Amino acid sequence: MSQFLQQLVNGLSIGSVYALMAVGYSLVYSIMNFSNFAHGGVIMLGAYFGFFSLTSLKLPFAAAFLIASVGTALLAVLIERVAYKPLRDRRAPFLYFIISAMGASILLENIVIATIGPTFRTYPEIFAREPISLGTLSIGRLDLIMFFVSAFCLAGLILFIEKTRIGKAIQAAAYNMKACALMGVNTDRVVLIVFALGGFLAGVAGVFFGMKYTVYPQIGNITTKSFIAAVFGGLGSLPGAVIGSVLLGIIETLVAGYLSSQFRDLIAFVILIGVLIFRPTGIMGKSTEDKA
Amino acid sequence: MDWTYIQGILMLAGINLIAVLGLCLLTGFTGLFSFGHAGFMAIGAYIGALMTVPPATTAGNIGGFGLPFVVGIVAGGAAAGLVSWLLGRITLNLKGDYFCIATLGFGEAIRLILNNVKTFGGARGWPGVPQYSTVWAVLVVDIVAVLFLANLVRSRHGRNMIAVREEELAAQIAGIDVFKYKMIALIVSAVYAGVAGVLFGHYMTFIQPKMFSMTKSTELTIIVIFGGLGSISGSVLGALVLTALPELLRAFDIWRLVFYGAAVILIMISRPKGLMGGMELSPAGLRKVAAARRARLAFKTEALREDAAEGLRAEEAAPGGKA
Repeated sequence: MSQFLQQLVNGLSIGSVYALMAVGYSLVYSIMNFSNFAHGGVIMLGAYFGFFSLTSLKLPFAAAFLIASVGTALLAVLIERVAYKPLRDRRAPFLYFIISAMGASILLENIVIATIGPTFRTYPEIFAREPISLGTLSIGRLDLIMFFVSAFCLAGLILFIEKTRIGKAIQAAAYNMKACALMGVNTDRVVLIVFALGGFLAGVAGVFFGMKYTVYPQIGNITTKSFIAAVFGGLGSLPGAVIGSVLLGIIETLVAGYLSSQFRDLIAFVILIGVLIFRPTGIMGKSTEDKA
Repeated sequence: MDWTYIQGILMLAGINLIAVLGLCLLTGFTGLFSFGHAGFMAIGAYIGALMTVPPATTAGNIGGFGLPFVVGIVAGGAAAGLVSWLLGRITLNLKGDYFCIATLGFGEAIRLILNNVKTFGGARGWPGVPQYSTVWAVLVVDIVAVLFLANLVRSRHGRNMIAVREEELAAQIAGIDVFKYKMIALIVSAVYAGVAGVLFGHYMTFIQPKMFSMTKSTELTIIVIFGGLGSISGSVLGALVLTALPELLRAFDIWRLVFYGAAVILIMISRPKGLMGGMELSPAGLRKVAAARRARLAFKTEALREDAAEGLRAEEAAPGGKA
C-alpha cells in the first residue's frame, strides 16, 4: 500500500509538469484547431534558457525561471508571426499549419544542435537531494516544488481566462473565431496572447524537465507525451488537459513501477489510440460534431 | 562524387518515392493525412527481412526463412496492407486532425513495440539482412508503382477518391461510399509503404526501430506537400529533390537540417501548392498547362485592347482634349 501511495505521489508530480505543457497544446488547439507540434521545441529552448541563466550568467533560481519563461513566451509569439500568421491570413487548411509546425520544430531542434551542441547537460543542483519523509512516504524536494509551482501556474492561468477581459475574449474566440471578430475583438491579438501564455508555461515546464532529467536537443520528443495527455483530456479543454496529464503521469509511474519501465512509453500511445477509438473527444472535450 | 555514391542516393530516392507515392494517393488524392506511415514501412521491413534472412546457424543470429526477395516484397506489402485494414476499420471514422493523431499514435506504437520484441533484436536492431535491393530492383518497383497509381487515379475509383477529398459530404450524397474509398486509399498507401520498407531494409542490410520514427513519417508527408498535392509527377520530383538535397547540403554539415526546417516553413507560407500544384508532367498535363496559359494570354490582350479603347474614348470625350 505504501508503495502504491509512493507511486501515486511520483505520478502526481510528473503529471503536473505534463499539465504545464499540455495546456500549451490545448490553448492553441482551442482557438486555432490544429496541433502545434512546435510547442515541443519551445519547451526544449525553455530548458536551455534556464540552464544558461543558471550556469553561464550565474543568476538566482527565480531570475532564471523568469528569463526562461519570458524567453519562451517571446519565442512562441515569434513562431506564430513567422510560421502561422501568413497561413492564417490565407485561411489555409489545418494541415498546412501542422506541416509548418513540424518545420519549426525541426528548425529549433537543429539550431540548438548546431549552435549549442547535441550533448546532454545536467542542471546544477539547486534543491538538496535528500527527500522529505512523510511517514512511510518520501517525497523529493524537487518533486514537491514542481507540483506546487505547476499547480500555482495552472490556477493562475485558469483565473486569468475566467476572470479577465482578455480571458473572456479567448473563450469567445475558442467558441467561434469569426463571430468573435465581428463583435469587435481583435482576434489577431487574442492569438498572440494565447501563444504567449502557452509559451510562458512551456518555459516553466522546460526548466523543471531539465532539472528533473537532463537538457538535450531532442527533449521535444518527450513532450509528445504531454500532447497525448492533452488528447486524453480532450483537445481544446484546459481542465481536460490538466486532468489528462495527471492521469497519464500516474498511469505511467504505476506501469513503470509494477510492470516494466520499458512499457512506460508504450502505454502512453496505447492510451492515445484507445481514447481515439472509444472517445475521440477525450475526457472533457468539446462538441463531437466536427471531430468524430 | 563517384558512381556508387550517386547510385546510393538514387536508390534511397527511389525507395522513398514508393512510400511517397502511396502517401500521395492517401493525402493528395483522398485528402487524409498520416503521420504514421513509417510504421507501415517498419512492418514491411521486418516481415520482409523475416522472409529472406537465412535460418539462424549460430545461437546469436536472428534467423528467417531464407526465401527469395520477391516473396519478401509481397509478404512485406501484404502485412502492411493487412495492418492498415485493421487500423482503418477503427480510425477512418475519425475526422481531420483526429485521424492524423491516430496515425501518429499508431506509428509510434509500432516503433515502441518493435523496441521491445526481443526476437527481432529489440532496440539494437536486426543486422545481416541480405543486400538484395539493387538499382534495377528499385527502378522496376518504382515503374510498376507509378503505372498502377496513374491508372488508379484516372479510373472511376480514383475520381471517387478525389470527390471525397474535395467535399466529403457532397460525395456521400452523390452515392459514393466514402468509408470504402478512404479504406482503399489507406490500404494501397500502406502496401506501398510496406514495399518501400522491404526495399529499404534490404538496401541498408540492417534494420532498427529507430529508423522508422515519427521524423520519417513527417519526412514522407513533407515530400508529398513539397511535390504538390494531387500530382504524381510532383511526388516523383519531390522525392528526388528532397532526398538529394540533404546529401548536397552535407557540406554545411550540422546546419543542413536547419535549412531543411526553414525551407519547410518557407514552402508552406509562400508556395503551398508545392512544386507541381495538381498539375502533371505528362503530354496531357502539359497540353492543359499550355491551354490555360493561352487562355490567360488571350484574356490579357483582350483586356489591354479594351483599356486602350477606353483610353482613346476618354481622350476624345475630354473637353479640350489633345488637338
